[in-house]
Amino acid sequence: MNVLNIIINWLNAAVLAGAPLLLATSGEILTEKSGNLNLGVEGQMYMGAIAGLAGAWFAEQWFGVGGMIPLLAAVLFAFIMGCISGLIYAVLTVTLRANQNVTGLTLAIFGTGFGKFFGEVLGHKAHGYVAVGAETKAVFGNISVGKLAELPVVGTLFFKYNWMVYFALIIAFVMGWFLNRTRKGLSLRAVGESPGTADSAGINVTRYKYIATVVGGGLCGLGGMYMAMVNQKGIWVTECVSGYGWLAIVLVIFSTWSPLRAIYSSIIFGGLTVMYMRVPIPGLPRAIYMMFPFIATIIVLIITSIRQSKEHAQPASTGLNYYREER
Amino acid sequence: MTKSAINEHTSPAEQLALTVEPPSCPIPKEPLIRMTKRGSISTAQKVFVYVVSFLSALLVGAFMLLAIGKNPLLAYRDMVVGSFGSSIYLGETIRLAIPLLIAGVAVGFAFKMKFWNIGAEGQILAGGIFCSYLVIHSINNGNYWGKVPLHLVMIILAMAGGALFGFLPAYFKTKWGTNETLFTLMLNYIAIQYVIYLQSLRSWQHPQSTFPKILDFAGPTDNRIMLPRLFGVHIGWVFALAIAITAYFYLTKTKHGYEIAVVGDSLNTARYAGMNTRWIQIRTLLISGAICGFAGYLQVAGANHTLTETTAGGIGFTAITVAWLSKLNPFIMIPISVFIAMLQKGSLFIQMTMGIPASAAELLTGLILFFMLGSEFFIQYRLVFRGTHRAPVRELKEEAGV
Repeated sequence: MNVLNIIINWLNAAVLAGAPLLLATSGEILTEKSGNLNLGVEGQMYMGAIAGLAGAWFAEQWFGVGGMIPLLAAVLFAFIMGCISGLIYAVLTVTLRANQNVTGLTLAIFGTGFGKFFGEVLGHKAHGYVAVGAETKAVFGNISVGKLAELPVVGTLFFKYNWMVYFALIIAFVMGWFLNRTRKGLSLRAVGESPGTADSAGINVTRYKYIATVVGGGLCGLGGMYMAMVNQKGIWVTECVSGYGWLAIVLVIFSTWSPLRAIYSSIIFGGLTVMYMRVPIPGLPRAIYMMFPFIATIIVLIITSIRQSKEHAQPASTGLNYYREER
Repeated sequence: MTKSAINEHTSPAEQLALTVEPPSCPIPKEPLIRMTKRGSISTAQKVFVYVVSFLSALLVGAFMLLAIGKNPLLAYRDMVVGSFGSSIYLGETIRLAIPLLIAGVAVGFAFKMKFWNIGAEGQILAGGIFCSYLVIHSINNGNYWGKVPLHLVMIILAMAGGALFGFLPAYFKTKWGTNETLFTLMLNYIAIQYVIYLQSLRSWQHPQSTFPKILDFAGPTDNRIMLPRLFGVHIGWVFALAIAITAYFYLTKTKHGYEIAVVGDSLNTARYAGMNTRWIQIRTLLISGAICGFAGYLQVAGANHTLTETTAGGIGFTAITVAWLSKLNPFIMIPISVFIAMLQKGSLFIQMTMGIPASAAELLTGLILFFMLGSEFFIQYRLVFRGTHRAPVRELKEEAGV
């Protein structure tokens, strides 16, 4: 019974920890489906995190209320900031044809600096450190879905999360439907697989690449906001994203570019990141625990590279810019 | 221009060009701006593009400073003063530039092959960890190593550690095509967590301390660990310069360097030419990792005299900036690494004097690199605005054989 409890609580924590990964992974899948390999997710999450927190904090200051208004402000600001980060990437790689790898890495460096810089500025403004009020914290806290949450095992597993967990799940489902069941999704996949062919078929490659990258960035921004508002409970912590952006890029590979498979893979990795708190193994130092997600990542990378299949491969043009005149 | 534009000054070729019958199908309207590839570009134009993009980066940075209510001109001035204003500041700046230059050279090797090694951070730490093992062993066993052998073996261990961290991703990349970007990145985190683990070990801490921190090596080794100084900075800078110059000749004048360039340009060409591309990649990553490991040794022995999880402290990432801004040329990396170090030292200074967060350095570095990446486009391409028809007329002339 005790073991079962540990496992159930662990799964619950895994879903909570996996939700930001799921948001960022969905965003990155959308981006990569357009053929843009954006390595800057870490930076985008940082930008979303600080924008979301700043949005909530300023909304509290201006309107003098906590709760829903700061929540909406946080979502809006984080999404827009994520979109801006995606736009920077799209302008540089699509229009100005810069190297995708280096642009992504620069975005990671820039975004991290951006988050830390404005986090500290905001701290000065708040005379010490930034923290949102209890009411705002509460709307990002776990909502218990009525009586359902009281059900023994099922309640903990399905009905004891904050709203963003359900939101992330909906995004993943919508994304899966969009990519595989709609005309526009088909066009987007065509752009990622073979931009030349898509262009000949009359698809506006540039527009698809831009929109996918910008919206994908917005989702990464929301993932970052989750880190700041839920994981850190609305307090600015300099290391709040701490590698989750990079994990999201790995999860894209692990879930083989499918938002639906991203659901369980983000829960697995979420579980690994919180394992040290939930599954005590006597004598194992915490630092070794903390290595688990990263070691698992390497194993995943190696295994997926060994058994490459045509069906589950990355979009063929990922990482390469499209030169129309060289078609 | 129409037929009426033809007068006695119009050459026969231009007349021909102007009187060509328009095709019967409707021509789509010409876009407002379009781009054409440049045939060539003069050095002056190139420098102009770079200078403009650099200034634009500073301008955007200035707006960000204005947004938080600080005077950007004062801030930029203080950054220069705070990094070059006195010999102490200058020494600090150089101290920061040493690992940047070395790691920049190292990642430059890998980037030249289009092997996206972003694990310099982990390779530096691996070097630091490996050589710290020797120091700790020496301290805990009666401090039995003399100065010169201690440093020599430390260097060997550090380079072996870095090389191991370079080898692993290269092995899997060349064997199965495992994504090296993420592999090297994950090794960074593993190295950081390993240092945190070492900090928790009793035998690595100061005997009188229970704080999870590795002890300062300087005291227990009777300062044997400390590198000598030359002109106020530990002699790592001499090594760094030597590495950069050697790397330049290695890349441009040796067979290995040529092989790296070919593998980077086209893996298939290298294969057809009979090169052992797998070994070339592994060998280069062993070297790249070993150089980073050496930087780790310098951080432990020269700069910090201890090992912390921030021993690499973002150097691995900044090194990518150094390498890319220098176009992977080790010579140019020397001034660029000093410049980036200036941004870092300068932003520590303006944090003190003006209360601007020190992460301004990362922000500015990112901005400058963004603009430099964007500027490449204007070197490769030329923008043509609607209505300027010079080029097409010339093409028609050429087609007409005039």
